[in-house]
Amino acid sequence: MVNENLSVDLCGVKLSNPMIPASGTFGFGIEMADEFDLNVLGGISLKGTTREPRFGNPTPRIAECRSGMINSVGLQNPGIDVLVNEKLPALRRVYGGAIIANISGFSIEEYEECCAKAAQAPETDIIEVNVSCPNVHNGGMAFGTSASSAASVTSAVKKVCGEKPVFIKLSPNVTDIVSIAKACEDAGADGITLINTLLGMRIDIQRRTPVIANKMGGFSGQAVFPIAVRMVYQVSHACRIPIMGCGGVASAEDVIEMMMAGASAVQVGAENLRNPYASKEIVENLPLKMKDLGIKDINEIIGVIE
Amino acid sequence: MKESIFEVELNEKIAPRTYRIKLKGDTSAIEGSGQFVQVSLPGFFLRRPISIHEYDGQTLTLIYRVVGEGTRMMCSLQCGDTLSIITGLGKCFDIDACRKDALLIGGGVGAAPLYELCKELCAQGKNVTVILGFNRKDEIMLAEDFSDLGAKVIITTVDGSEGTKGFVTDALSLHNINYDYFYTCGPRVMMKAVCERIHTGGEVSMEERMGCGFGICYGCTCNTTKGPQRVCKDGPVFKKEEVIW
Repeated sequence: MVNENLSVDLCGVKLSNPMIPASGTFGFGIEMADEFDLNVLGGISLKGTTREPRFGNPTPRIAECRSGMINSVGLQNPGIDVLVNEKLPALRRVYGGAIIANISGFSIEEYEECCAKAAQAPETDIIEVNVSCPNVHNGGMAFGTSASSAASVTSAVKKVCGEKPVFIKLSPNVTDIVSIAKACEDAGADGITLINTLLGMRIDIQRRTPVIANKMGGFSGQAVFPIAVRMVYQVSHACRIPIMGCGGVASAEDVIEMMMAGASAVQVGAENLRNPYASKEIVENLPLKMKDLGIKDINEIIGVIE
Repeated sequence: MKESIFEVELNEKIAPRTYRIKLKGDTSAIEGSGQFVQVSLPGFFLRRPISIHEYDGQTLTLIYRVVGEGTRMMCSLQCGDTLSIITGLGKCFDIDACRKDALLIGGGVGAAPLYELCKELCAQGKNVTVILGFNRKDEIMLAEDFSDLGAKVIITTVDGSEGTKGFVTDALSLHNINYDYFYTCGPRVMMKAVCERIHTGGEVSMEERMGCGFGICYGCTCNTTKGPQRVCKDGPVFKKEEVIW
């Protein structure tokens, strides 16, 4: 009989387990509802949403890499009003777990407006603020690569999100992740998600052109896992707020490793694209792996690495 | 959609850089012609989307062209090797949109998915004409296969080494073909030319680099008259009038 405790707490939001499909790799959740019961998932982070609908970047947007992939989707989304009026209610009809609205923007005002709308939606449990998208100019990552601008976004959105926890999703494409995370914490962030993708590039040597139409894109997949573990470890030791660990997670073992590094919950990204059942399979394997390792309560391993 | 293990029964070269692979496995999720599968190859992160050439209750046949490292690995697969494949992806051709006489236009390896379509149309008792365009004579494939189904086949080659010299659109001008609906698959420029040239309704099978293949990553979006659409989930088959070239 399996009696391990998998439930975790993110700023008062109770998750049945720490497993969350990462933003951009699970659509708006509802797309997968016919494939398996989404309720096995602790939470779902929805596709990054902006104020206006966006077509995103030109294609090709995807490139194969060794042990990973590059994407340059460029925040294609139907806009915040469609998220609030259609996507969130549709997902809530079939899913009882934690719904995480992922918000991106091109100005502080846009972040404020979108976060306010997402926070007011009754379906939203957590706001995840993306200050780390590498695929759009003058936005996203620009806010996440300096401590002061990340703090400005954080304090602005905290004022409009009421009681809903705000997680700031950070970019690994920085010199000092710890100083940026600390600046967000000092500005009132309730938690940190890391890491977003690493800026990468592939070239088609036959055609002498970049594989991605936008030349560069975000590199993710199993290859980035050690970098993500390192950054989660560094930030968890510098900050008191909880962390959603993300980057290259592909197995129950990876989830445990990420939590030992300091994550309170774990997001699975690129793996969902090559295996549509990856998140579900990891949830199923997690208690078995815990039993193997003698872990009774998943909470006991969070940040055990000193 | 269904993920399952398929076993290689045959993997043979049928034209320069072009292979036919026959796989045994669970095909129950496949709904019809026009759909594609996502093939997982050992050592590669993402799956490879490949259109269905032919299928029955137990087997799935794909035709693929070696264009990169993944497909180069694929042509080394031997009988008995096993692969994880996701089946039942994408929208089918609408075979009921054709009343009586169908025109199928394939360019290069784009001929592959039209074969299963041709089978379905012939089974409905419809008359099928197929125009297949290639660069040179040695690239010609599937001509006899279509003929064996009862279709009238017209070949074009760019260099004139076989059939009508020129492009598939040249064959449209030269031959008096009777049709009320068309279906096309091939290079984008060819499909664009076909759509501009033909005034009946029709459908095109679009191609794009994909991430997931089942509609969650938004990597393969194209712009259409209905707004942004995912080639993998909302396509790959689109109505002629929907495509914004």
